[in-house]
Amino acid sequence: MRREKPQSLADYTPLFFPGVMLVVFFVIPFSTMIAVSFFQRDPSGFYTTAFTLDNYARFLSLFFAKILGFSLLLSVTVAICCVALAFPFTYLLTRQVRKVQTVWLVALLSVLSLSEVIIGFAWSTLFSRTAGISNLFVGLGLLEKPVALYPTFGAVLTAMVYQAFPYTILVLYPALVRLDPTLLEAARTLGCSPMRAFFNVVVPALRNTVVATVIMVFVFALGSYLIPQILGRPQHWTLSVHITDQAIYQSNMPFAAAMAVFLVLISLALVGLTLLAGRKESAS
Amino acid sequence: MSETFLRRLYFFAIGLFLALPLIVVAGVSVNEKQDLTFPPVGFSMSWYGQIFADPEWRQALIASLLLAVSAAAIAVAVALPLAWFLWRRIAPWANIFQLLGVAPFILPPVITALGMLTFWATSGLYGQPWTAAISHGIFFVTLPLVTLSLGFASIDRSLVEAASTMGADDRTVLKTVVLPLILPYLVSGYAFAFVLSLNEYIVAYMTVGFTIETLPIKIFNALRYGYTPTMAAVSVFFVAVAALIFGLIAWFGDIRKLLGAMASEG
Repeated sequence: MRREKPQSLADYTPLFFPGVMLVVFFVIPFSTMIAVSFFQRDPSGFYTTAFTLDNYARFLSLFFAKILGFSLLLSVTVAICCVALAFPFTYLLTRQVRKVQTVWLVALLSVLSLSEVIIGFAWSTLFSRTAGISNLFVGLGLLEKPVALYPTFGAVLTAMVYQAFPYTILVLYPALVRLDPTLLEAARTLGCSPMRAFFNVVVPALRNTVVATVIMVFVFALGSYLIPQILGRPQHWTLSVHITDQAIYQSNMPFAAAMAVFLVLISLALVGLTLLAGRKESAS
Repeated sequence: MSETFLRRLYFFAIGLFLALPLIVVAGVSVNEKQDLTFPPVGFSMSWYGQIFADPEWRQALIASLLLAVSAAAIAVAVALPLAWFLWRRIAPWANIFQLLGVAPFILPPVITALGMLTFWATSGLYGQPWTAAISHGIFFVTLPLVTLSLGFASIDRSLVEAASTMGADDRTVLKTVVLPLILPYLVSGYAFAFVLSLNEYIVAYMTVGFTIETLPIKIFNALRYGYTPTMAAVSVFFVAVAALIFGLIAWFGDIRKLLGAMASEG
């Protein structure tokens, strides 16, 4: 069947249900949220209708600047750790036989789909005094007695890298699978060792992919909201945690909405950058 | 030789990093007493029985399954006609719906969650169980949308052309040629949405968190009041379900192809 332009109104019928659903349950909620970000807080209910910029004015405080700075710094660190670990791994994975790749991909998908609650719980167990990894160090004679390794920044970072790692691989995978193998063959025939070929040929060829992936993972890490609560102290709370906290526990939906709108703007700007990076690569 | 060895060591280290927390959780889940110790003291599978025997955990399990089944159905019901239309027709402006389908998945989830919360609160329906199903259905539309777009793209248009030259109308073509061809993609799209909905916390919490406990919500609430090995057992159960479903997709389909296109679209 050729693709053709819709001839009559009836041809649009398949679009009706998805269109209505997406508009009513995504566009309208999203717009409601933007509207609420200009409303006034009502401590007894959700909010009262008004127009105020107070919620945005609160961004100008030092408290908010600290939260934002910490969230961005944490996400950047997670993104860089993930890509540094995952890029060589994904490259090697794409060179394995089909069966090995499939097994790894199934395992990675299973970890990726894990609830953040479970990841947080699992790492809190691993970092605990009674069941944790410190017991192993005691056994090896590295520590005198077992200690709890959380709540700490390191614990938050480790668990977030764990959470984002499978995602990083799945973003990198298609680009590395499609990498032209003749590039490497050329490098090898010219006498490059596999290690040098990787750093001098593969990495530069995919520079933009690497940048795009760092940004994608950065946005993904911005969304983490339970791990900082389970494994960190209040000063390790990210923007996502504070949005939830304001909306549910401080019942300040307008301020939560304003922070969410801000988070959308950051994310969209970053996704836009990714698209730009991707376009350059396909053009060159 | 040394390079093979290094590669194996690297793969092993990554595998260990991914498996270690799960190994410890699995170990903790078979403790005989209600202790958080590893290696486990004694051996007991009774905590797994608790998931089904304890009324609270059982209720959470049922709530989670009902939510995931209906949310994945909604996601597929939205994605299928949309993907079909985009494949069948030349209508560039309709791509906006595709963008709307992918957007909730790319933005940080807390945004969709808060959008849903404000929406349901404003419309006065806050707390109804079905609101969570719709919210999850929209949140996970991306997954069936991507797998189905991929499925449609893989259809040889001449097959469909042949059917219509021989007199089949659109409906017949859809039923007898197109649907059987994209069925695997439909199933995997449903399965992806199902597994992710089962594990999702924030959207479920913000929409129905005060009236219903899904399993992730139940685990997080339980975590605040102290530890039970049942939580570990539930976690192992979740990993097993996910591994089983993705394993089946890999067994019957080509997961490499599915992922090769998935990530490039997302």
